[in-house]
Amino acid sequence: MQTIRIDGITRIEGHGRITIQLDDHGVVEDAHLHVLQFRGFEKLCEGRPFYEMPSITARICGICPVSHLLAGAKACDAIMGLRIPEAAEMLRRIVHLAQITQSHALSFFHLSSPDFLMGWDSDPRERNLLGLVDKHPDLALSGIRLRKWGQQVIDLVGGRRIHNPWIVQGGVASPLTMAKRDEILSGIPDALAIALRTLIFFKHMMEKLGEETEVFGNFRSMFMAIGREDGNLCLYGSRRRHEGWLRFADADGNIVADNIHPRDYQEYIGEAVDSASYMKAPYYKPLGYPAGMYRVGPAARLNMCRQCGTPHADKALNEFRHMYGNISLSSFHNHYARLIEIIFAIERMEQILEMPIILTDDVRAEAKANEAEGVGIIEAPRGTLIHHYKVDGDGMMTGANLIVATAHNTLAMNHGLKQVAENYISGHEVTEGMLNRMEGLIRSFDPCLSCATHADGTMDLIVDVVDSEGQLQQRLARRR
Amino acid sequence: MDKARIATLWLDGCSGCHMSLLDIDERLLDIASAIELVFSPLVDNKEFPENVDLTLVEGALANEEDIEKIKMVRARTKLLVALGDCAVTGNVPAMRNNFVLADVLHRGYVDNATANCGPPVHEVPQLEPKVIPLHELVAVDLFVPGCPPSADLIFFVLSEVLAGRIPDLSTRSHFGN
Ligand code: SF4
Repeated sequence: MQTIRIDGITRIEGHGRITIQLDDHGVVEDAHLHVLQFRGFEKLCEGRPFYEMPSITARICGICPVSHLLAGAKACDAIMGLRIPEAAEMLRRIVHLAQITQSHALSFFHLSSPDFLMGWDSDPRERNLLGLVDKHPDLALSGIRLRKWGQQVIDLVGGRRIHNPWIVQGGVASPLTMAKRDEILSGIPDALAIALRTLIFFKHMMEKLGEETEVFGNFRSMFMAIGREDGNLCLYGSRRRHEGWLRFADADGNIVADNIHPRDYQEYIGEAVDSASYMKAPYYKPLGYPAGMYRVGPAARLNMCRQCGTPHADKALNEFRHMYGNISLSSFHNHYARLIEIIFAIERMEQILEMPIILTDDVRAEAKANEAEGVGIIEAPRGTLIHHYKVDGDGMMTGANLIVATAHNTLAMNHGLKQVAENYISGHEVTEGMLNRMEGLIRSFDPCLSCATHADGTMDLIVDVVDSEGQLQQRLARRR
Repeated sequence: MDKARIATLWLDGCSGCHMSLLDIDERLLDIASAIELVFSPLVDNKEFPENVDLTLVEGALANEEDIEKIKMVRARTKLLVALGDCAVTGNVPAMRNNFVLADVLHRGYVDNATANCGPPVHEVPQLEPKVIPLHELVAVDLFVPGCPPSADLIFFVLSEVLAGRIPDLSTRSHFGN
């Protein structure tokens, strides 16, 4: 037996590694993703006031800090036992949608598009954002501008781009001024135009990506997302009953568990430890581990919603379903789904900003800790994010449980890695292009390993093929 | 003129400092022509090269691999910059120092787990008992605080270095915001 070890940027940035087991004939037996970073947020918060949690947990991830700020603030609202003012809810939604835009843009343009544009087997020295700037400047600039716009909206509304202290327990720290609202609105046509243009470009690109669609995580599994009463795409939830509560669907899209109140998540989600990774593997409890594999994220969300709820996004979703069916089982479709969600986010932002309530001053409710526990759940760019806090009588943290979006996909990513390995590896020869496809599978999930690893998306690689005696047989590395 | 050889390194941080670097937006293109990015999460290059003019380091030192890495990077870098509060002080990653490491692991892999309970043992780097900032282990040439430092501040640092000056941050930076 042989083990192929794909050592990512990990030893350097300390995050992820892939191993592939081959039998004596070079046939793939298994593949595994190992996450190498551990931070301990669930413990280190102990003894601190609960309302510090949004700001502390934002530091889990600089790519989608707004997700942790929002899930954290929702958990705090639950501990206080209050309903936040409606304007606060709308304002939180604006930054959330801005974040979906910038984070999806980063994933699509900065991280993944070099594979599509330069080719999976192209020179790895050029297969990155800077190579894109050189060879496909229009697309590179589109990416930089769309990400920038999302970040600017977060800055305009929340006071700064990364780790803003504006999303707080009970609402938000300050209302939105008319000038700022108008400034955001004025940028919408341009952002939407970039997004629509990119969708057309990618639709054509997909014609050449048939094999990737076929083998990059293409299998039956359950899906999970939060839902809305009307069945439309739900990213934040609301004060209304059942909105933002959890739901599970089977591989045919039938809802198998619905209207699960956030506080009951542990009845449906178990967390298994993976002894070779710092990332745990959640599973659907009624089916047990590992049979209860499910997927979250953009494609899962689109599988589970009836419509998006905005004109351009609905048109795009209908087209997508027309081409690929109502339920998409390929994780490669996450790229497409991200573009649809960007369009939705921009359109929805405009709808919300045009509501008069968005400019009202009542944006924060006050209370002390009234409940011993609180759970906050949102759809982060990468999928469902769960924050669960426990406090003592003085509101001091006694414990926390956090399930980040990427973790839900642990079982599915391992499954997908095996599928890609089986398709591209036969015999003991390993090529650079094969490596990049293994990375490509990981990139389609846009994983936030420990909410960290994937910011680069390139996962620079060294692959060692080691024989059963542990002797190095072949080393393949990307070097300058 | 030779291009400046620049690297960025990502240790135990949240990637927010790297995102703040990306937040210089279109100015990235101006800088790109004056530098060679020889190592970074942003480019495909596995081996940290010799003779690097400037390395921006995000994050604190939390596990055995971080420690190995920073020593090697220090030896190969002329100007080593601690970028952001994690690298400068330990910041949020160091909050776990208030607890015994075994208890921190127990929370994650026993209290908050429902199957295969117990801390991971294969393939993962060993955690250091205490998280420390860079300067406790290696010499740091420039401290750039902020969580993250603003994009403007990072741009200022890069511009000054490219102009051959050591940036004077005395009136420009502060911790946290
Ligand atoms: S200093 Fe702040 S932004 Fe930078 S890595 Fe640390 S927590 Fe993230």
